[in-house]
Amino acid sequence: MPTRILIPTPLRVYADKQDVVEAEGGTVGELLADMTARYSDLRKHLYNDEGKLRSFVAIYLNDDDIRFLEKEATPVKDGDTVSIIPSVAGGGGS
Amino acid sequence: MLTLCAEADAGIRRHGRETYPHECCGALIGSGDRVVEALALPNTTEEGSRRRFRVRPVDYRAAERRADALGADLLGFYHSHPDHPARPSQYDLDHAWPVFAYVIVSVAGGEPGALTSWRLREDRSAFDEEQVAIEETSCQPGF
Repeated sequence: MPTRILIPTPLRVYADKQDVVEAEGGTVGELLADMTARYSDLRKHLYNDEGKLRSFVAIYLNDDDIRFLEKEATPVKDGDTVSIIPSVAGGGGS
Repeated sequence: MLTLCAEADAGIRRHGRETYPHECCGALIGSGDRVVEALALPNTTEEGSRRRFRVRPVDYRAAERRADALGADLLGFYHSHPDHPARPSQYDLDHAWPVFAYVIVSVAGGEPGALTSWRLREDRSAFDEEQVAIEETSCQPGF
């Protein structure tokens, strides 16, 4: 059964302007791989050159940050929702 | 060009004054290029809030939900530069996202001054400044 992935506003342009896409997989990592296989432009915004999730991106499974679960190996079950959440930061100093 | 309705402009400036000498931050909610609400958010940086800001994921989600509730969009974010020009820093560039408008208000000696807006280039190499128009009328959504 496909799992819903919520796409944040700045990345929707890379997902055919959708705010939700569906993906297949048994873990969060598999879902993201399935999604980026179809929407390849999302990849550069989610992963660094080493293929690891960028530190500026948080992935939530329902209401929990996967960094505090099993990271990309976190299993998903029917009815779960994955959210991609940009880390928004900045400031005046260099 | 980014348009701020009167209350959104006033809200950003008021927030910058209230948090001075620390940075404030918040979300820009509206439709198209018109901001009808500046949603104040807590600055949760752990790197020193006089020159850094950070929006927690939970607050980011709250901003998206607020936009949905208004039938609007999350257009970007604002923050203040206390005693620093209203120009993006390298740190701002490193953390920027495409599409979003990044509004910066300079707060010198506690008084808000210049307010600018910036968009990240597609190749992430730099920001481009865009014009900001301030409406004199109130923030009736009018989508």
